[in-house]
Amino acid sequence: MAKFNKKKDGDLPPVNTAALPDIVFMLLFFFMVATVMRENTLKIANILPLANQVEKLDKKNPISYIYIGKPSDNYTSKFGTEARIQLNDDFADVSEIIPFINQERAALREELIPFLTVSLKVDKKSNMGIVGDVKQELRKANALKINYTTGTGDVSANTE
Amino acid sequence: MAKRAAPEVNAGSMADIAFLLLIFFLVTTTIPKDSGISRKLPPIDDTETEPPIIRQKNIFTVLINNRDQLMVEENLMEIKDLRAAAVEFLDNNGDGTCSFCQGKRDPSSSDNPTDKAVISLANERETSYAAYISVQNELVAAYNELRNRRALEIGSQKGFPNMNFLEMQAKLEDVRWGGNKTKLKEVIEQIQVEIPQKLSEVAK
Repeated sequence: MAKFNKKKDGDLPPVNTAALPDIVFMLLFFFMVATVMRENTLKIANILPLANQVEKLDKKNPISYIYIGKPSDNYTSKFGTEARIQLNDDFADVSEIIPFINQERAALREELIPFLTVSLKVDKKSNMGIVGDVKQELRKANALKINYTTGTGDVSANTE
Repeated sequence: MAKRAAPEVNAGSMADIAFLLLIFFLVTTTIPKDSGISRKLPPIDDTETEPPIIRQKNIFTVLINNRDQLMVEENLMEIKDLRAAAVEFLDNNGDGTCSFCQGKRDPSSSDNPTDKAVISLANERETSYAAYISVQNELVAAYNELRNRRALEIGSQKGFPNMNFLEMQAKLEDVRWGGNKTKLKEVIEQIQVEIPQKLSEVAK
């Protein structure tokens, strides 16, 4: 009788996808937790050099970032091809570093101010001239803890 | 009339929504990889005190010129040889006060690493940052090499056998490590006092 037709034996039952949302949510939560939103949009080329004697930058202490590098393609017509400094979201002049550091300090709790580390993210093709100027300004601002942020790897790759 | 059960909400598109969010977070994720060479800048000194006179033999001069060539103690050098040269200089032990040094005791090279030997690094404005970082890296490596050797020596006496300096520092930061941290910190500080990173930068 038609009502009680048995299924043919060769048919595979459909795969149960009820658990798929769970799996996707699991991945979703992982990435949500691991995500750090970029705090700055880079307007410069920023390929860091490599070093292998590195120390991890301690997230417990406050960090301010200074980016140095050539303006990226969209900005070369306006800002040229010489390496420039970027603070927060915009190009800056060397003279703006001291106000920048003071502003960063103002945003911190008082007991954390001496631990402020300045992370210098400098493109490997930049010259030392601009880096030296920035260091001199940092000395004037009395922000003496710096970190040359680098990638991890062998230094021989730097000269390529 | 019998109560009708509320119809079940169709959850079929939940996976799609979750995928959408997932892809958004996948794209915006940057796994932070911040690590680098930490340095402390010298404070600006307005006082007109005479700087202490350091004898020429205690200074290891490294100069990087505008074509990224390296001049070490007046000689041209490849970057790959810099680490060994710096270790030899620091480890020289010219005055014999350094108990752990294994150097040649050459009287024309540095006296001892604890409070005499200084590495001086100079660069020009056109030096590339990559070359500068490479040199910094090699000099830090030279210090680390000596510190590691010293750590293996005193570590075994103080109850931290087979641990080099970098491992000691990592263990001190590691919350899961169960050893005696105050003692380990003492050992690390002792090594840092014995082999300080005396790196002076010359502005051109």
